[in-house]
Amino acid sequence: MTAYQQVLAARAPRPYTTRTLIAGLVQDFQACHGDRVHGDDPAIIGGIGWLNDQPVTVIATTKGETLPERLATHGGCPEPWGYRKALRLMRQAEKFHRPIITLIDTPGAYPGKEAEDNGQAAAIADLLLAASTLATPLVSVLVGEGGSGGALALACGDEVWMSTNSMYAILSPEGFASILFRDVSRAEEAADLMKLTPDDLLAAGVVEKIVPDSGVGFGAALKAALLPTIQRLNATPLPQLLAQRQARFRRF
Amino acid sequence: MLKASIPAPLDRAVLAKAAALPAGLWVTCPHCHESAYRRRFGAAKVCPNCGYGLRLTAHERIAQLTQSFSAWDQHLPEAASDFPGYAQKRQEAAQASGSDESVLCGQAHIGAHTVALGVMDSHYMMGSLGTVAGERLCRLFERATAAQLPVVVVATSGGARMQEGIHSLMQMAKVSQAVAAHSAAGLVYIVVLSDPTMGGVAASFAMQGDIILAEPHSRVGFAGRRVIEATIHAKLPADFQRAERVQAAGFIDAIVPREALPAKLAALLALHGGH
Repeated sequence: MTAYQQVLAARAPRPYTTRTLIAGLVQDFQACHGDRVHGDDPAIIGGIGWLNDQPVTVIATTKGETLPERLATHGGCPEPWGYRKALRLMRQAEKFHRPIITLIDTPGAYPGKEAEDNGQAAAIADLLLAASTLATPLVSVLVGEGGSGGALALACGDEVWMSTNSMYAILSPEGFASILFRDVSRAEEAADLMKLTPDDLLAAGVVEKIVPDSGVGFGAALKAALLPTIQRLNATPLPQLLAQRQARFRRF
Repeated sequence: MLKASIPAPLDRAVLAKAAALPAGLWVTCPHCHESAYRRRFGAAKVCPNCGYGLRLTAHERIAQLTQSFSAWDQHLPEAASDFPGYAQKRQEAAQASGSDESVLCGQAHIGAHTVALGVMDSHYMMGSLGTVAGERLCRLFERATAAQLPVVVVATSGGARMQEGIHSLMQMAKVSQAVAAHSAAGLVYIVVLSDPTMGGVAASFAMQGDIILAEPHSRVGFAGRRVIEATIHAKLPADFQRAERVQAAGFIDAIVPREALPAKLAALLALHGGH
């Protein structure tokens, strides 16, 4: 598979969405809405559920399932109030020492007028800062597109994983080609240079694990993989957990 | 008719004099588009009409802002990148800026205060955040934390360093960790946003200050104007992402004219027990 084919696989429709993935991952999911300041961004799903007998907070980007949903979520591009909802739910999880799982499938933060006027940059910056000291385990899984700071904002945890059908990059290969080659048609070439495939990123130490995307059964497979990791992180004394998290990003 | 009656100034002596004049005497402000003699922009390089500050190199900025500066971490290992022509691009950037990277970090004196200072340079690959720049900034905060120093960062950047790919993106997280540790030690971090501060730099340490200042009319934001216009299929207002609008939206503490920056920083540092 070429790097660009990997990009296409990360964008392709699949038998699950992050919403149904959450349903496969946790029982009795209780969705929580809103950032308590501005509004509720449909591009970010957040809530609490049972990972077997462990309450966890799950935060996921979503591209939506119907056309109106896809329009409302801008194809999975969060607005600042979506990032602030994520931050609120992370703080809430911290209070109850509840592990956090983030599921990421986003081309990036939404490039819109209201998004900028409401501090898109500051919203992402706040998440990066908060994640560094968040006193609870945080595991992130890239399950589709992982684009730019908009994906990184939700991927600053103790471990970052990718599914076999995902990508993670500084921006889209089309954007990369348009900036560096001034030619958007050279996206395939750009994708090769960008080292955005799960294998490349595992080799570079950017992610810890690649989870096979088994289609319909992916939620169950992900759950099986997450259980021991969440258990281990949850048993790690907090100072050690935070020191490990800091060391994880310090080496880049 | 009228045209023919006015003699064209083709006198050889006049042309010779004009050719002998140094280039660049007349400067058009990139913000208000008014022109003025370069001398009227003054040593601080500020438009006499609108107060916009022309983009400074890091060395110019350090000279304007500080009484002394001693650089830290000048010889870090180069970033690994397979991107074709990247080494040459960096060489050209070094020549254009007089800096060896997009940020210079070191210990400085601002007024009577000792600070850890980071100054970005838009003349070096648009101030983009690569691995070396990220490492310098990270060490700036680490050294400041160890030495109990306040941090001042003068930000200007187009965002991430595309040529370094995902490693550039990781710098945002790495520097944020160091900012958090500095903050947890109860130390103050002041940011000065200058034109432009965009993308991954705005979305990380440039928006993480305890106090965020900006120079007049600086462009501050995440996504680029053209990308947004292409996405929403609409024209954006003239003041979009300008510091004044961003302040009105609640994200900037104060807009400070360039000449007033050293005094403003000194006053804020004094209030935080600067030494």
